[in-house]
Amino acid sequence: MSVHEPASMKPSGPPQRGGGFSQAALDEIAELRKRYPTAEALTLPALHIAQREWGGWLPDEAIAAVAAELGLPVAAVYGVVTFYDLYHQKPVGRHRIRVCTNLSCQLRGSEEIMETLRQELGVEEGEITPDGRCSYVHFECLGSCDTAPMMMVDDEYQENLTPNRVRQIVKGLK
Amino acid sequence: MAAFERVLTRNVGRPEALTLKGYQQNGGYEGLAKALKMEPDAVIDEVKKSGLRGRGGAGFSAGLKWSFIPKGKDKPKYLVCNADESEPGTFKDRLLMEYDPHQLIEGCAICCWAVSAATCYIYIRGEYTKATEILERALKDAYEGGILGDSVMGSGFKLNMYVHRGAGAYICGEETGMLESLEGRRGQPRVKPPFPAVVGAFGAPTVINNVETLANVPHILVRGADWFKAIGTDERNTGPKLYAISGHVERPGTYEYPIGVTFREMLEGCGGMLKGRPLKAFIPGGASAPILKADQIDIKMDFDTVAKAGSMLGSAAVIVMDDTTCMVRSVSRLAKFFNHESCGQCTPCREGTNWLELMLKRIEHGEGTERDSQVLLSICSHIGGNSLCALGDAAIGPVQSLVKNFQEEIDQHIRDRACPFPHRRYFDSGFENGA
Ligand SMILES: Cc1cc2nc3c(=O)[nH]c(=O)nc-3n(C[C@H](O)[C@H](O)[C@H](O)COP(=O)(O)O)c2cc1C
Ligand code: SF4
Ligand code: FES
Repeated sequence: MSVHEPASMKPSGPPQRGGGFSQAALDEIAELRKRYPTAEALTLPALHIAQREWGGWLPDEAIAAVAAELGLPVAAVYGVVTFYDLYHQKPVGRHRIRVCTNLSCQLRGSEEIMETLRQELGVEEGEITPDGRCSYVHFECLGSCDTAPMMMVDDEYQENLTPNRVRQIVKGLK
Repeated sequence: MAAFERVLTRNVGRPEALTLKGYQQNGGYEGLAKALKMEPDAVIDEVKKSGLRGRGGAGFSAGLKWSFIPKGKDKPKYLVCNADESEPGTFKDRLLMEYDPHQLIEGCAICCWAVSAATCYIYIRGEYTKATEILERALKDAYEGGILGDSVMGSGFKLNMYVHRGAGAYICGEETGMLESLEGRRGQPRVKPPFPAVVGAFGAPTVINNVETLANVPHILVRGADWFKAIGTDERNTGPKLYAISGHVERPGTYEYPIGVTFREMLEGCGGMLKGRPLKAFIPGGASAPILKADQIDIKMDFDTVAKAGSMLGSAAVIVMDDTTCMVRSVSRLAKFFNHESCGQCTPCREGTNWLELMLKRIEHGEGTERDSQVLLSICSHIGGNSLCALGDAAIGPVQSLVKNFQEEIDQHIRDRACPFPHRRYFDSGFENGA
């Protein structure tokens, strides 16, 4: 299900973090384990934690760590990772921007938002800026169509966008 | 439209409702307290009698669904609340969770009591980080306040409730795709039967209901099925309803009305068309619903009336388009969505949605041929009814309605060998200030 990643994506920063989960993450997973009758049900929660631990994406090492922790085949966890749009198998910018381009946002200018990002960041969709600061992709409806056009910057919704507002937001990202 | 009372959104604009105390001050958890004093079956009967139909898309009777769950407390049972909200155009559940999380928790708790489920998962889409935080905080308060945990409001009924985050996949909103995802796998829908009421989460009987459906439940308990039934069009279309309005209107947003408000009233309620431009078309129920033309402006927005008009109320996500909108381009965008979100299990859906996207793009760019409308319909007929879940049927609705209602626009693209709509620069054309 992940289609937005062009082959030209250059890795940035250390490709692998080295080692497995931190102790804090292991404790978190152990706590979550109490909520479910099976360990397999922790696959999504554990991948969310892993992605946080590994700097926003899931190198093979992170996938292997999740599989080992939950006692699952690596292939099963890998299959899950490739299915969901929020898991990344390639490095991402320090800030990750997702622009909704679905119908309600398209009706209110989302294409110009994409164009503004292209100009402002100087890279194509899916690529990382040379300084590793940002990457951006288009995305499906983010459930904020009443404030279209909108985009998600890391975990924050940025709403009622205009090209000027987008420029300001991008300048503010360190 | 006559004055009406806000029910589901009564706590919007009351930030204190985010706290347990603030929620209780406004009558919160009275519905749960009342339910706990009733027999579970009596709760189910009351909900059945109210006529409450599912707000997630299919409009199935909530009480009837609960009654399918086998009785007894010996085996585990689950409630999974569908907070995946990924239908393009839909943003009402987010409002309910961000502004009134306890209303949802209360509705879930009542449902769990009614079907004797000891565990509830709220499956929320991964992008909703703010709603997740708010819900987590409310759940914590509810545990500490004795609403959840070993003895719900001192009744001895044990109930645990957890938030489970998805990871970005529309198909996980389909109820069995959701169960697969909850269990830690790819969200590929299951073959039915068995239905979730028999074999659901972790092999156990499971109720799956939408956020808004469950948010109605406390009010039904407090004020009774008869009160609920008096709201709406008729016996089959009852209760308050949230409509998520977006697109070319002056004030997009989530609006609460008695179910069956007309589209015209709704449009007036949100300030009318953007810049006063003429209405061309609207989608009454999210991306899966066939598109209606402007001449349907007086339609009553309830399940049965919209279905009779050849579309569906779905998630009641209303997307409004003015006369500058290229319908081919709009449907092309929806086709791209369905192609991206098809889980790939069934060949007609996997291949067909891809073809629909490719062909619509071709027409959009002026490269279509005279035969294309027929080919589009033929692809649709191969997908429809030939796929495992309702995504396949959802994907063809917009396309069929394009051919049916806007054939002349398709023809124009083909004749002119280009899109006849000047690709308006939205921000430079005076549509919005500040660009
Ligand atoms: C492709 C697809 C996506 C769906 N997405 C959602 C969704 O995001 N939220 C939702 O509540 N129901 C969604 N549904 C409907 C659910 O399958 C199910 O009918 C609903 O959650 C039942 O709850 P209700 O009876 O309270 O409406 C979807 C269905 C399909 C086929
Ligand atoms: S109809 Fe489409 S989305 Fe549904 S199960 Fe089949 S391939 Fe998957
Ligand atoms: S269409 Fe953009 S947020 Fe829904």
